[in-house]
Amino acid sequence: MKIKLIDIAHGRSGDKGDAANVGILAYDDNGYQIIKKYLTVDRVKKHFEGICFGEVERFELPNLRALNFLLNNTLGGGGTISLKHDAQGKTLAAALLRMEIDTGE
Amino acid sequence: MKEKIKVASGQGFWGDLIDAPYHQVMKGEIDYLVMDYLAEVTMSILQKQKNKNPKLGYARDIPELMRRILPTCKEKNIKIITNGGGVNPIACADAIIEIAKELGIKNLKVGVVLGDDIKDSLDEMISQGAELNNMETGDSIKTIKDKILSANVYFGAFPIVEALKKGADIVITGRTTDTGLTLAPMIYEFGWEKNNYNLLSAGTIAGHILECGAQSSGGNFLGDWESIENFAEIGFPIAEAYPDGSVIITKHQGTGGRVSFETVAEQLLYEIGDPKNYITPDCVADFTSIKLEDMGNNRVKMFNVSGAKETEFYKVSCSYSYGYAASGSLTYSWPKALTKAKAAEQILRKRLENLDLHFEEVRAEFIGYNATHETLAKKLNEDDINEVMLRFSVRAADFKSVERFGKEIAPLILTGPPAVTGFAGGRPKPSEVVAYWPALIPKKLVTPLVKIIEA
Repeated sequence: MKIKLIDIAHGRSGDKGDAANVGILAYDDNGYQIIKKYLTVDRVKKHFEGICFGEVERFELPNLRALNFLLNNTLGGGGTISLKHDAQGKTLAAALLRMEIDTGE
Repeated sequence: MKEKIKVASGQGFWGDLIDAPYHQVMKGEIDYLVMDYLAEVTMSILQKQKNKNPKLGYARDIPELMRRILPTCKEKNIKIITNGGGVNPIACADAIIEIAKELGIKNLKVGVVLGDDIKDSLDEMISQGAELNNMETGDSIKTIKDKILSANVYFGAFPIVEALKKGADIVITGRTTDTGLTLAPMIYEFGWEKNNYNLLSAGTIAGHILECGAQSSGGNFLGDWESIENFAEIGFPIAEAYPDGSVIITKHQGTGGRVSFETVAEQLLYEIGDPKNYITPDCVADFTSIKLEDMGNNRVKMFNVSGAKETEFYKVSCSYSYGYAASGSLTYSWPKALTKAKAAEQILRKRLENLDLHFEEVRAEFIGYNATHETLAKKLNEDDINEVMLRFSVRAADFKSVERFGKEIAPLILTGPPAVTGFAGGRPKPSEVVAYWPALIPKKLVTPLVKIIEA
């Protein structure tokens, strides 16, 4: 079964230096089990190919049904240096929500 | 001891809704108004203003705001805490005192937190053992020392608590953590101990929820945002805090926006790294311990927060010159809007190359097509694209290269692809780029100083 991430989760993103933080929050417990299983570091890194040039770090917040990702080397040098239109990575949570998850069921 | 206190967020950054703090004071009962005005880049801007005029260097919206809210705050005993003192908190306090005098308000105590500005004592700090290497890259501070524009230590809640203990009605600080502004009144009112890390973490996390203003009460909510009512009159968040560390996040009745599990949880995920180790000068809060309960009616209870002992270091933020940058844009319409914009980009690159200018970075973006999501943006048929804005940006060490670039945008209208418009406002002007240098400094090397000024 193919699941659109945007149907089961919302999120928020921002900057931490040259890294972007992307928080993804599932709407319910079932959704959290899905994002916990399928939003792996490798999948997220591959999703952001050509955007994130550094390591992807992943943290779990089961209490908020959420995952937090740090995308290192993503913002073109960071807040003030960056020439990017979205220098603070504000739209990257929405970019991650573009992902489709194939649960294979 | 009070049974509870209401701490209201009045500003999420300098430039946020001007009337938000006014409405927080006027539309319901609150005990404290807290306002975060400082971003990293703000400190360098304020430092430049102070260099030109020693009476400036603070958030200049503050005196006019005080004129509007001081009489009510004094009457209702609402205390005001803000880091909008920037690099000149004394001048900010003086300006407030002036306003108070004009309004005929007497017995006003303004507390000022000083000591965070270490720009002029950097050499001394280094000789005393502060390394001040870049926390992210490990580079030595020597590489940028001549270019430093500002250097400030992030203080936490305790200097503010000291000012409140000395009777301050208003507390003006320089670089204080956003979270400390909200935590301080809780420590002061409930007598929380310096080593009760669970309570300090609860107040810190409440501060994180409040520090971006309406971003926790429905603003920028990525869930079902279309169902949020009355963005136009959005209510800023209020933390109703209790002595046991539980906090109810809410907003004034009748205001727009929404406080729900989702809107608060989204803000909790904003700009954090490792959620188990949210480091502040006051404690290390654990975001995975938080329990949130949506009580309905725009009330969300936060409880069960735990945390650990603070570290031995303060964070320091230095800003330094990093050359110049400019951006220019042009809009291309159907037909073949994207092809035209891409052609214009290539023409511009060739012209800049011919001019033999030296840029550290050149970037072209296609707004309306893929500027935000880049490789993830949906591919569209050229014929389905109505228009594309080419945004072209450069950065260089020298002013002249960037200034020269600015002269190359408008000519594209008459010397490049057709059906182009949107060039207004003159040539893009170079703006100075200020980079920022995060570092750590042993706490023992820096001492916050609290001063009370009375009207």
